[in-house]
Amino acid sequence: MFAYIMRRVLFALPILIGVNFITFALFFMVNTPEDMARAQLGAKQTTPEMIQSWKVDHGYDKPLFFNADAPGLAKVQDTLFVQESMKLFVFDFGQSDSGRQITADVYERMWPSLAIALPTFVIGLVTNIALALLIVLFRGSALDTATMMVAVAIMSISGLFYIIAGQVLFSKVWHWVPISGYTEGWEGFKFLILPIFIGVFSGIGAGMRWYRSIFLEEMNKDYIRTARAKGLSDLKVLFGHVLQNGMLPILTGVVVVIPTLFMGSLIMESFFGIPGLGSYTLDAINAQDFGIVKAMVFLGSVLYIIGLILTDISYTLFDPRVKLA
Amino acid sequence: MRVYLCLPILLSSFSVCKRIVNLPLLFKKPFLNQVTDLCRPWYRILAMVVYASSCSASAWNTPYSADQTRSQTLFSSFSESPKHLDPVVSYNSNEWAILSQVYEPPLQYHYLKRPYTLEPLTLAKMPETTYFDAKGKIVAEAYPKIAFTEYLFTLKPGIQFQPHPAFVKDQLGQFKYHHLDSEALSKIETLRDFKQKDTRELIAADYVYALKRMALRQNHSPIFDSMARYIEGLTLFSETVSNAYQIELSVNDKTTKTHFFNLNKFDISGVQVIDKYHYKIKIKGVYPQFLYWLSMNFFAPIPWEAEAFYKQPGLVEKNLTLDTSPVGTGPYQLVENNPNKRMRLLANPNYHLETYPVDGLAEGADSALLNDAGKRLPFIKEVVYSLEKESVPLWNKFLQGYYDASGVSSDSFDQAVSVSNSGSMRLTPEMQKKGIQFLNMIQPSILYFGFNMVDPVVGGYSKKQRKLRQALSIAVNFEEYISIFLNGRGVTAQSPIPPGIFGYQSGQAGRNSVVFDWRDDRLQRKSIEVAKQLLTEAGYPNGRMPDGSPLTLHYDTAATGPDSQSMLNWYRKQFAKLGIELVIRATDYNRFQDKVRGAKVQMFSWGWNADYPDPENFLFLLYGGNAIINTNGSGINSANYDNPKFNKLFLKMKTMKNGPKRLAIIEEMTLLLQKDAPWIWGYHPKSLALYHHWLHNVWPNPLANNTVKYRRIDAKERILKQTAWNQPVIWPMIIVFTIIIGSIYPLHLAYRRRQAAIIKISAKNTQSENT
Repeated sequence: MFAYIMRRVLFALPILIGVNFITFALFFMVNTPEDMARAQLGAKQTTPEMIQSWKVDHGYDKPLFFNADAPGLAKVQDTLFVQESMKLFVFDFGQSDSGRQITADVYERMWPSLAIALPTFVIGLVTNIALALLIVLFRGSALDTATMMVAVAIMSISGLFYIIAGQVLFSKVWHWVPISGYTEGWEGFKFLILPIFIGVFSGIGAGMRWYRSIFLEEMNKDYIRTARAKGLSDLKVLFGHVLQNGMLPILTGVVVVIPTLFMGSLIMESFFGIPGLGSYTLDAINAQDFGIVKAMVFLGSVLYIIGLILTDISYTLFDPRVKLA
Repeated sequence: MRVYLCLPILLSSFSVCKRIVNLPLLFKKPFLNQVTDLCRPWYRILAMVVYASSCSASAWNTPYSADQTRSQTLFSSFSESPKHLDPVVSYNSNEWAILSQVYEPPLQYHYLKRPYTLEPLTLAKMPETTYFDAKGKIVAEAYPKIAFTEYLFTLKPGIQFQPHPAFVKDQLGQFKYHHLDSEALSKIETLRDFKQKDTRELIAADYVYALKRMALRQNHSPIFDSMARYIEGLTLFSETVSNAYQIELSVNDKTTKTHFFNLNKFDISGVQVIDKYHYKIKIKGVYPQFLYWLSMNFFAPIPWEAEAFYKQPGLVEKNLTLDTSPVGTGPYQLVENNPNKRMRLLANPNYHLETYPVDGLAEGADSALLNDAGKRLPFIKEVVYSLEKESVPLWNKFLQGYYDASGVSSDSFDQAVSVSNSGSMRLTPEMQKKGIQFLNMIQPSILYFGFNMVDPVVGGYSKKQRKLRQALSIAVNFEEYISIFLNGRGVTAQSPIPPGIFGYQSGQAGRNSVVFDWRDDRLQRKSIEVAKQLLTEAGYPNGRMPDGSPLTLHYDTAATGPDSQSMLNWYRKQFAKLGIELVIRATDYNRFQDKVRGAKVQMFSWGWNADYPDPENFLFLLYGGNAIINTNGSGINSANYDNPKFNKLFLKMKTMKNGPKRLAIIEEMTLLLQKDAPWIWGYHPKSLALYHHWLHNVWPNPLANNTVKYRRIDAKERILKQTAWNQPVIWPMIIVFTIIIGSIYPLHLAYRRRQAAIIKISAKNTQSENT
């Protein structure tokens, strides 16, 4: 397995270089270093001297991909792309263009993101699987049909509606929880209840339908008929056989998401005032802060690759037939 | 009380857990009994919750701790994260809202007086001014060829900096925390982790040090180039220290963040520290507006010890820098800086004696504003700014009493304010019932529609070209714009100078006679027929070119979102009134700026907020010397207006003191502008502020940013109202709970029936197979 993981890590390197290259090309196609300097210095009293000085200080005076004036290998090395990319590969995210340490910012913002994303993910997963199992238990009944109709309705409504309706109903009208905000420690629990509930509820429709279809597929297989023929109850069949064998396709979709939970949720965090990573990249794009943009795109790519590797590894845990070599 | 109430709830919860653990045993009983047994503790919890809520001193949905709500804490919000809190760098209103409570420049605006009046803040008196001729001889103020102006500043003695670890010294007199090793740094995450803090007295050298920091190119101060034009020797000083710093950085292989450069070794020729409490600044020529700059944070004192302390790499890695953790003498100290969540200020225990104004109440202001006259500032002990990016939670939290004040967004305008037929605004009954107070004021700003004066069609100074712009000025109806897009929150501009600034004239005296008539004691826009006539005289009858084709004009804008479409369509319709086709060239803000700076636009919209309350700060937007084409793209005269007569008058007016002579010149300049019409004058926006009745001493002062110290909170009243407005509604919880519990039994029954049916079918199948 070690050899397999090492191979996947090595395969990841060209992918990350490619992602970086595209990020650099796209960003500088839209923004010039002069634009970035103006965004940081303010538009009121900016002079060309100030812009030049800012560019030099932040390294944006270098050519992007090819330095024609430099000798030999430095033509490629002494460029913005190589200088900045190399740092990323050793996880040195450096400073944002406004001067803050990106690593410290990511570390600080990661926890609030996780405080919402992790419980939403776990509770959502358990709820969706439990409901799907319940529906499978009553498959073909009126309950099954009614639940599927509700699930489709839940899926059809925009997530933004749940957020605003949730805030109005649970905070403004019923006064149960704060409408937005965040604080560390147990005191912060009251701020998390509503976003977690909305996150779980808005995902029920799609999640339940997906797991139901997985479980129904398992229910129609021969080994289930054998189990039932042995005289096992539906509950035992569901928990003892269907759930276990249905885990493989569930893992495919679930494990890959786990590392990306760190990245947070843009809309949820924005509406609930959660100081997570969700809006970090978007704010940076709006502020033309390339330091943050490149770091966050790189981090997102790395986490996604880790998710894919973890998915492969998890197969071996649930299906003994799968071997990684 | 709350801990006491939690006890029975916890006990009940244990009971529930116990029963869940023993679930298999429970299932041996009849089902209804099982459900009743299982639910009993839940009912207890619910009863306790209801009881607790009815007895609770504060609401469930409060976002703050009980201690904070009870204390003299102001709750406010910010929508954009502050990027810089270094006073020589920051030039953004949302940053100044925090920074101005921490730092103290030499001067400040009187809180209540109108027109805006400067007064000493850390100075014992206003700066003493001396004028010199080119030979260095002292001359009178009226001397025509003044070469230099010197300001002498006298500090109040005994002002102390906020407590800070940068000032702590050990027994040998060495700074204790200026050279932290890795072990010490590992224990430090915030400034609160430093065990000792100390202070020192504010001295004249701290103000001069701030000026030196401004001149250091590596600090990227946005006003350095403007100040270098005036302060004697600043340019030379900047070149010297910036080069020396760069060399030190290269030699030591360090970055600007982590290498302390001792500016105390260098001197600015025009700036002199006389003694502990006195310093001088010499500026070139006469520049009376310089005093206004001295009320801005750029000129606030910086203790060199703080800069040396913050340059330690271990602190920089943890985002502890002068740009994130300011050190000032102001009424508050920043104790928490999380730009993504919350900024928290605490009263500075070392704050010097400053009292609430005893006079200066502006005409029409509430006399209750003087209730606290002469009392020591600040009243509020803590300020909590929470990040609110969305308007919906912000507005709802204000209505719940969790923010003490709020602006009014377009979404909530109708709920908050009703506009009468005459255009006057008042609070809706819902707001009045809550005791919410309301203030509105015209901002010292202008948003205008500019013509590029070097454009061959809309630019130029010939009679015909002027008439085209005049016709368009009449056709584009900004009263309608204000009504449709701003809910009436604006005043049509007659010239660049907004109300509240010297030179502004209201009523008939200030009328732009090119666009407005004065009828029935009010301004009335000239009819579209007048505009059509002007257009014909300009050579475009019915909006047609001499060859009969329609006149097509181009409008550049950065408004590209879907929300802007209605506004852009409105512009099209205004031009269509004259038969002119308007082509909109929408682009992103970067490209828009590039086009304006390259004078590659025909027409555009832009705006300006006052830096200081002087007409020069608005009229310089049209001074030829500041035109973009004359300054290689760095000027602020985006319309490229360059009228020699106006330029001459501007230079004369610029250095004059306010008075009848200056007013006469401004009137003459305004008439020239109205006639030339380089802008369609647009509007001056109106800001609305709502605040709860427990917040006192609220008075709008858009030029002063250090106003938190004057505010006072009645915390008892606030907590009463918050509790009354936010009592939890329990019945939906009971219904949901009942539905969940109630659905268990039917589901159980259904499952049993289904199992029985399956067994029956299997039995039948087996029987038939056997047969």
